[in-house]
Amino acid sequence: MSACAAVAIEVDGLEKRFGALTAVAGLSFSVRPGEIFGLVGPDGAGKTTAMRMLASVMRPDAGRIVIDGIDVLASPEQAKSHISYMPQRFGLYEDLTVDENIRFYADLFDVPARVWQARAEKLLAAADMTPFRRRLAGQLSGGMKQKLGLACSLVHTPKVLLLDEPTTGVDPLSRREFWQILYSLRSEGVAMLISTAYLDEAERCDRIAMLNAGTMMYCDTPAALKERMPGAMLEIITPDPRAAHDAVRGLPGVRGVLMVGTGIHVHVDSGERRTQIAAALTAAGIGIESLEEVAPSIEDLFLALLEQDGAGEGG
Amino acid sequence: MFQRIIQLLLKEFLQLRRDRSARFRLLIPPIVQMLLFGYAATFEVFNVATVMLDQDHTQESRALVDSFVHSSRFELVAVADDRRQVQAAVESSKAQLGIVVPPGFAELLRKGQSAPLQVLVDGTNSNTALIALGYAGQISGAFGQTYAQDLAQRTGRALGRPLVSVKLEERYWYNPNLNSRWFFVPGVIGTLTLITIVNLTAFAIVREREVGTLEQILVTPIRPVEFIIGKTLPFFFIGLLEVSIVTAVGMWWFRVPFEGNLLVLLFGTCLFLISVLAIGLLISTLCKTQQQAFASNFFILNPMFILSGFSFPIATMPQALQWITYVDPLRYFLIIIRATYLKGVGIDILWPQMATLAALGFGLFGVAILRFSKSLD
Ligand SMILES: Nc1ncnc2c1ncn2[C@@H]1O[C@H](COP(=O)(O)OP(=O)(O)OP(=O)(O)O)[C@@H](O)[C@H]1O
Ligand SMILES: [Mg+2]
Repeated sequence: MSACAAVAIEVDGLEKRFGALTAVAGLSFSVRPGEIFGLVGPDGAGKTTAMRMLASVMRPDAGRIVIDGIDVLASPEQAKSHISYMPQRFGLYEDLTVDENIRFYADLFDVPARVWQARAEKLLAAADMTPFRRRLAGQLSGGMKQKLGLACSLVHTPKVLLLDEPTTGVDPLSRREFWQILYSLRSEGVAMLISTAYLDEAERCDRIAMLNAGTMMYCDTPAALKERMPGAMLEIITPDPRAAHDAVRGLPGVRGVLMVGTGIHVHVDSGERRTQIAAALTAAGIGIESLEEVAPSIEDLFLALLEQDGAGEGG
Repeated sequence: MFQRIIQLLLKEFLQLRRDRSARFRLLIPPIVQMLLFGYAATFEVFNVATVMLDQDHTQESRALVDSFVHSSRFELVAVADDRRQVQAAVESSKAQLGIVVPPGFAELLRKGQSAPLQVLVDGTNSNTALIALGYAGQISGAFGQTYAQDLAQRTGRALGRPLVSVKLEERYWYNPNLNSRWFFVPGVIGTLTLITIVNLTAFAIVREREVGTLEQILVTPIRPVEFIIGKTLPFFFIGLLEVSIVTAVGMWWFRVPFEGNLLVLLFGTCLFLISVLAIGLLISTLCKTQQQAFASNFFILNPMFILSGFSFPIATMPQALQWITYVDPLRYFLIIIRATYLKGVGIDILWPQMATLAALGFGLFGVAILRFSKSLD
């Protein structure tokens, strides 16, 4: 029954309350096998809570979760053998070696020795960790620990992989290797649900869902979401981003301003506004190194959508 | 299911083998404490505060009182006029020991019959009391022997049995030889096992919670019960090992003879360990960090120790505290280990303690499993 499931994860009306606080409210989505599905949202949006319910370490107050054709709430034990969950901080046994950690997880999932040994070799090679197999997990760097956590999560060939901010605090090189492993899992048909604080990472997902205060606001491919953003995005490089930010905010047609490193991103209702904005900055005595219309990033999009939503509620 | 429990067990032993400080904590403190207790328990006692009552008023009774007064072991703090005063002096801790020479003492001696000497002890410090009692026995014994020799010389007949017998008014002890080391060694075994195993179990589980491996394990197909068994079973074996080591020290180092059946003791130890593991597990469900576990160990183990009857006789506790001792597994195990060790008593007599210990153990374990499953949410 599960072999031909067209959806790997199906979530319907998921809800979780902590006292008066509703951490997840009526969340519904589905993920296909081989798809990378991103969950993005500000701190406290309910990403971790949603993942924990999917991993069946927390019981929802309402809703339905079906993973690979198995009703998770009805038979959690059965579902668990198809799921891998990597929490924000993967719990490794620091006094065991890399190999021993992998072996322990393989044993918990009843993976035959020959199978897990071959798989561990492949995973560790992909993570560039083969020379460290006999090192104690406690002596690994932060990035290596996360990669080892991923290897432990994948050693039993799950059908569904839940990753909660897996690359937070991981160096860029390890992050790239991490994503290469995720991409390689696509061809194995693993459905991946990943929450991330890095919006550039969100753009690598096949689809993303935007969560805010427990509710899903948007869910689509990154490209389609960007298209939904009305108006245009101007990137202004300036020596004084803070002053520019303050000067531009509140001008007619400006919907949002975001500081980005060396400049600002200005969300305007139309590209025509660029001359007006340039004039305002010059009048305020702020130098402009460049002013261009750019494709919005997910971060821009996210803020734009949040603002738009807030305005909708207000009016 | 068995496969996963065995894997957990193997992992636990592997971690233990690698953890030098855990191995140290496991072996060294129990042995050191055993040696300390063993030696401290036999420290000599001098100047035990003593109250005496001579109801016989004969030459013989005065001679006996004198031999106590002249001993460096006892210090006469009061001479009583009646039994009430003796009792009051002991109860108010003015004296640790009360010696009463009952009327008719000399008359029995002159007839060559055994005469009783009554002794009251302050049971709150049973170690001192026990040692003092031993001295009282020695002094009165020596007195009786001298008297018997005198009598034999005067009357020409020899007496086969000791003349003066010390009668303790209230006996709490099994140890017939009044050797405090023998009395203490079995108690130390039980107490040390409790402390070490509760600590190890609670820490091992709390550490998994703290590091995050607990949550990690629970998203695997392992069931909470399997986890609990896999996590506590190693400490069950370690507990047995610990009891064996400490018992061996008691038997071969202190030469305290083991009178009973080792299998009876083993069975009792297994029942006791179930309670001990359950307590460790319970503590781990109440604590999020190892520090909290350490603090609560203190709050739980200390009362258990004090209420066990290890050093303070339960019979002298206030009634309310006596009730609490009924749920203290250590209380039952101390009875079992002392009875098997020193008196060679078997299951035929110890079954009520064994049954209670089993009920307590399984009850506590049930509660611990329920609490553990709940604490995961
Ligand atoms: N066990 C809990 N008890 C009470 N409140 C909780 C619990 N877990 C989470 N919450 C609350 O639920 C809300 C959602 O939390 P959650 O951890 O799911 O957010 P998140 O999107 O993962 O945030 P972050 O980006 O910080 O990880 C927060 O307000 C949080 O305080
Ligand atoms: Mg989170």
